Amino acid sequence: MPRREDIESILLIGSGPIVIGQACEFDYSGTQACRVLKEEGYRVILANSNPATIMTDPDFADATYIEPLVADVLERILDKERPDAVLPTLGGQTALNLAMELSESGVLDAYGVELIGADAQAIRTAEDRDLFKQAMIEIGLNVPESGIAHDMTEAAAVLGQLGLPVVIRPAYILGGKGTGIASTQAEFEFMVGRGLDASPITEVLIEKSIAGWKEFELEVMRDKADNCVIICSIENFDPMGVHTGDSITVAPAQTLTDVEYQLMRDTAFQVMRRVGVETGGSNVQFAVHPETGEQAIIEMNPRVSRSSALASKATGFPIAKIAAKLAVGYTLDEIPNDITKMTPASFEPSIDYVVTKVPRWAFEKFPGAEPTLGTQMQSVGEVMAIGRTFPESLQKAMRSLEQGRAGLNCDAAEQLFDQVETAELMAQAAIGTPDRIFQVESLLRRGVSVEDVFQATKIDRWFLDQILMLCEERSTLESHRTSGSTAGDVVASMDRRDWRRAKQLGFGDSQLAYLWDMSEEEVRAGRLAAGVEVTYKTVDTCAAEFEAETPYHYGTYEDESEVAPSSRDKVIILGSGPNRIGQGIEFDYCCVHACFALSDAGFETIMVNCNPETVSTDYDTSDRLYFEPLSTEGVLNVIDAERRSAEQGGGKLVGVIVSLGGQTPLKLANVLPPELILGTSAASIDAAEDRNHWSALCARLEIPQPAGATASTLEEALATTDRIGFPALIRPSYVLGGRAMEIVYEPEDLERAWKAIASNGSLGREGGLSADRPVLIDRFLEDATEVDVDAIRDATGEVIIGGIMEHVEEAGVHSGDSACVIPPVGLSEATIAVIEDYTRRIANSLEVKGLINVQFAVKRSDELPGSGQVFVIEANPRASRTVPFVAKATGVPLVKIAARVMCGATLEELRVEGLLVPKVQGDHIAVKEAVLPWSRFPDVDAVLGPEMRSTGEVMGIDTSVGMAFAKSQLAAGDRMPTDGTVFFSLADRDKVIGARAAKRFVSLGFSIVATSGTAAYLTEQGIPVAQIVAKITADGSDSAAGEVDGVELISSGGVDLVVNSPRGRGPRADGAHIRRAAATHLVPLLTTAAAALAAANGIGDWAQSDLQVRSLQEFHAGVWVSEDSASDTYLKSNPVELR
Amino acid sequence: MSIQAAAIVLADGTVFEGESFGASPASGITTGEFVFNTVLSGYQEVISDPSYAGQIITFTAPHIGNYGVNSTDEESANPRCEGIVVRELSRRASSWRAEGDLVSYLEQHGIAGIGGIDTRRLTRHLRDNGAIPGAFGTASGSELAAAAASAPGTEGRDLVASVTTAQAYTVPTSSGSSRRIVALDLGIKTTILRNLAEYGTVEVVPASTSAEQILALSPDGVFVSNGPGDPAAVAHVPETLRALLGTVPVFGICMGHQMLATALGGTTYKLPFGHHGGNHPVRDLTTNKVEITSQNHNYCVDVDALTNVEVTHRNLNDSTVEGFACEELSAFAVQHHPEAGPGPHDSRYLFERFADLMDRSAS
Repeated sequence: MPRREDIESILLIGSGPIVIGQACEFDYSGTQACRVLKEEGYRVILANSNPATIMTDPDFADATYIEPLVADVLERILDKERPDAVLPTLGGQTALNLAMELSESGVLDAYGVELIGADAQAIRTAEDRDLFKQAMIEIGLNVPESGIAHDMTEAAAVLGQLGLPVVIRPAYILGGKGTGIASTQAEFEFMVGRGLDASPITEVLIEKSIAGWKEFELEVMRDKADNCVIICSIENFDPMGVHTGDSITVAPAQTLTDVEYQLMRDTAFQVMRRVGVETGGSNVQFAVHPETGEQAIIEMNPRVSRSSALASKATGFPIAKIAAKLAVGYTLDEIPNDITKMTPASFEPSIDYVVTKVPRWAFEKFPGAEPTLGTQMQSVGEVMAIGRTFPESLQKAMRSLEQGRAGLNCDAAEQLFDQVETAELMAQAAIGTPDRIFQVESLLRRGVSVEDVFQATKIDRWFLDQILMLCEERSTLESHRTSGSTAGDVVASMDRRDWRRAKQLGFGDSQLAYLWDMSEEEVRAGRLAAGVEVTYKTVDTCAAEFEAETPYHYGTYEDESEVAPSSRDKVIILGSGPNRIGQGIEFDYCCVHACFALSDAGFETIMVNCNPETVSTDYDTSDRLYFEPLSTEGVLNVIDAERRSAEQGGGKLVGVIVSLGGQTPLKLANVLPPELILGTSAASIDAAEDRNHWSALCARLEIPQPAGATASTLEEALATTDRIGFPALIRPSYVLGGRAMEIVYEPEDLERAWKAIASNGSLGREGGLSADRPVLIDRFLEDATEVDVDAIRDATGEVIIGGIMEHVEEAGVHSGDSACVIPPVGLSEATIAVIEDYTRRIANSLEVKGLINVQFAVKRSDELPGSGQVFVIEANPRASRTVPFVAKATGVPLVKIAARVMCGATLEELRVEGLLVPKVQGDHIAVKEAVLPWSRFPDVDAVLGPEMRSTGEVMGIDTSVGMAFAKSQLAAGDRMPTDGTVFFSLADRDKVIGARAAKRFVSLGFSIVATSGTAAYLTEQGIPVAQIVAKITADGSDSAAGEVDGVELISSGGVDLVVNSPRGRGPRADGAHIRRAAATHLVPLLTTAAAALAAANGIGDWAQSDLQVRSLQEFHAGVWVSEDSASDTYLKSNPVELR
Repeated sequence: MSIQAAAIVLADGTVFEGESFGASPASGITTGEFVFNTVLSGYQEVISDPSYAGQIITFTAPHIGNYGVNSTDEESANPRCEGIVVRELSRRASSWRAEGDLVSYLEQHGIAGIGGIDTRRLTRHLRDNGAIPGAFGTASGSELAAAAASAPGTEGRDLVASVTTAQAYTVPTSSGSSRRIVALDLGIKTTILRNLAEYGTVEVVPASTSAEQILALSPDGVFVSNGPGDPAAVAHVPETLRALLGTVPVFGICMGHQMLATALGGTTYKLPFGHHGGNHPVRDLTTNKVEITSQNHNYCVDVDALTNVEVTHRNLNDSTVEGFACEELSAFAVQHHPEAGPGPHDSRYLFERFADLMDRSAS
């Protein structure tokens, strides 16, 4: 069945911002789908609100809508574009839910649009828990038994059928409130009682508990001819009870006999057919009883997923790409296998290595959140590692996480676990947490039996035994170091077999260095002298049965390496590792763009990365892909291999790009051969990071910066604040995303914050404080506007300003968490000129070759709005988080240009070549808004601060600031009300701007309620306040009769928008309660007065104008002017009152 | 388990270093033809499959032994492969089904193993140079090299005689069916018997059983099993089949496929490195559906010249013949393994086809 000829245009729905549970994997799947569908000649229309994605590059679709992913906006797009079909299975849950909404409301029918990939009935069957369960029972499959109860008597009856243990889930509750596992009668009665209370409809679901069962996943593909294949089996290291996204997982399954595996395979096909997924990829999850082998179906996802991205990277079989082809009518046997080219895609990959995925969490960013893993996913990213064996891949994965671990053990951090007494550690390990695997290692190493650890954790004995092997090898290796032995002695005592054994079990040189108390260089030299070098094998889908055409490699220590000689000039691009808060998809975008640009310029591109979600680790992106940890050893090994490949083939390794993947590759700049660093030199990078050097540079350039100094002791810190005064901003050096950054208002505040930084928190674990890693202390500028600039400088000294972004929230909110606007509508022409001038001077002085990001603060001036004094906060000679947003807003491919500049091109040459185009000069305004994960951490106060907490971003683009802002809010998940009541509760310093916002809301017909202090101020300003809201009582008791407090008001549904800005000092209890109530009851919440004012303007514009959608291609086809004068020209003569 | 250094030396002189496990032959040398198998699970079924007689199996899946061994998954009571090569032998078996560990099983059956081998390098070598004889063990390099040089391949060897049952035996039907199937045992796998028994009582007879003796059992159908070695060296079975064809429906699997082709006038030829795995796509040309199949064969059939034979199945990787039918003589066969064990169950419908054929012929 070849390509469908009855459809011409297809709307692909993306997954929107990166949130917990939905990350880069949908950029990977969507990008693949766009490519395939375009190649097939369809008109591709794309809707996605996330500007940091590759898929939203205007080249990937015919019409790219960076618009909010909500039904009414989608309807506008359908109306405008009239596609023949909608493909909803490649954009995660977001796309699937939207497609269902459009289908159920009749919109798809109204526009005559067909759902391809999965139809509405199939999606419903898979997504509705009850329908799914019934469907499974209907085809005779085993699902965990359950029953529903409305009182204790009914509950007892259900329990009679199920037996303990059971899971109790109250109906219609948020965030798992009241859920629990009961193992005893007493627990059962307590939890049912609690659950019935928690449920608004007094109903609980009682389900047979399968916590502790083994968990497996199968990635299934099916085509129109009903050919079904399994792409990959995945076994969870963590048993049932921990969300699979929060579990360490291993591919292929390791502990299933073929009989069990084939049963699972047959079942997966049955599920696929019953649910009715006609074409594409799905994921089916199973639980297996460890002692009886009983199998139960947990769920299925009728779409590509995070697991399918992992399976694609783990096997070399591109599920999303194939799914897109199947959706337009092809069958599996008509599609060639990309890697072998000679065999068809209708097969099941066989792999001759082991893949381990380990999640990365960000609990350290959310004080108050319990770091316990459960049924709701909380990780923000993940790494994948490939090794020939499980121990090797596990240790490589641990290294890839970049959380201060060199492997599973043999590093300073292992002591944290070794200090804990055995019984206590055993109790800790029984609970799923990010640390569990290290606890397990420490237990096994101290001699606790595999059986005992199994009983406590239910982690399969096979996995535990493999970890025990690592513990045993550790002591063997340790025995090479005896008292008095020198580094030379230790290394000499290791014969080739010893080295091979250690390396094959995944021990990194840095682990051995720790164990033997020598430098990593000494270990490496000793190992190489013993003739033990890394070898690279190939991911080829077929376990070497057929020749592979695609050089997708992983490192291991074997006899034979498969890296082919090459004859071209080549460039290594270092990726950004796992997604984390502060470093995510934006940097992957940059690395991918570098690949594209350099490939176009004739270079052979070589990517090194370990994040399975990304486009960069798609073997289609670069000429060669190394799926490796971004560690010193990992990268040096790749450099050696590529140098050899060049020697053999007559090519040349031009260099390594370290400045596009965030802090991860940048940190490696100092250990790589300096002559290979492309772009800005390591010395310049250090100069910008080193406080003293940087201050001297600013002084020399006569650029003002806030007073400050560095400190490595509390005494030094206090001495600094004595000199510069409060408030002060404190931040550790060499961190990204404002890790542990804080604004302090008095000495006690500083002492508390200092202790938090210096203690054994996550930062301590990452290396802690030292003279090399001091804390920076700066005077914090209050009432200032923050401005971000992205610019490129070439070797001739020409600088182009990529974009100037004005932040909506005041300085002090991390730039990554703040909304920002292009063009900077609130800054005067003169201020912009100053900012551009400073940027040029800094870039020149640092001898930047490539991208630089500079942050400024503009002091508020009441006399001359938008024209206060400009201070420079910091400069980073590397790609910033905002580069993709700037590129999309201006139409200039900044990273492509920067990559070429780093490899020697001048801006003038690129201008002639046509790569450097002028900025789009249209009438549009682009707003970037951050997306925050508060709903995943219900116990954490939803307040913005200097530490970045957002996971992703969206872009709102329109022709007025108000509309663009309103769209950005809608895209970020907050639909602004068009009428109703706004509840104000403001800190004193926010009252001036707050009053402006309130006035605007009143003029739009809203009524205002406020807490007493705020109400008094507003009334003073002549703004009517409909109701004064009582303070929440300190003891949490009900407020006095006749009074309604903020929480009660929000809970009763009497508020449509909450504006609550936290007090800088003093008790925060009241505000925290209000914010939590808003989060619980899904009332939009704004935590700065500036955002409230922007929102009021947005609501005003929204009410006046009709909602319009325009594609990026249309925006970019706007008026064209010279790129250098752009920022001057598009500036309005009167700055807009943004703040 | 003491670790003893061991090595593989192939007939072409290529050397691989590893460690020995399993049975230890007194000479410290095991010889055979090296092949590789790409299944991800089912090592016990592979090791106990009699079709591997004379061969040394390289597993491409790195961890072998993870879930131990059990009596249900045995494809024969006496594994006949010469040895196994793995990357990483599991020292602990973890499965509720395990009744023992792999090493003890190998020791018990006198099978030697070698671990710690760069099995990917060996596989690539076999892929590029073809299945090749060789030796492995703890003996010295020169002894192994000498043994490798004189190690036999499978070409021209009749290995069926060494694996067929000495005496006929009956496998009762599991479904209560009244059909009677005679299975000619060339090295039959337990899973095949289990599948056949669903459709009738199975009388398993030695490979040397004559057509008269078979017909004397008044079968509804005759099944010809899988088996080891070079099909061209097993002349008596095609002769037997020629006498049976037309009088009783015949179904063959793997070597049975080759025997039937030969009986009908076709020929067999050796593939460079054979098909051994659980993931090959095969198209059923009669329905156009693609099935993922279990494969284990070194030889292939050529039936192009035969006018009364229709090719029914083709391998989508290399277009080789995976099945054919001769309608006028009520006979059909497939090269792959519909019984699986190990492998996917996609082709199990073929047993039903056999039952239908028997029923049609009876009426």
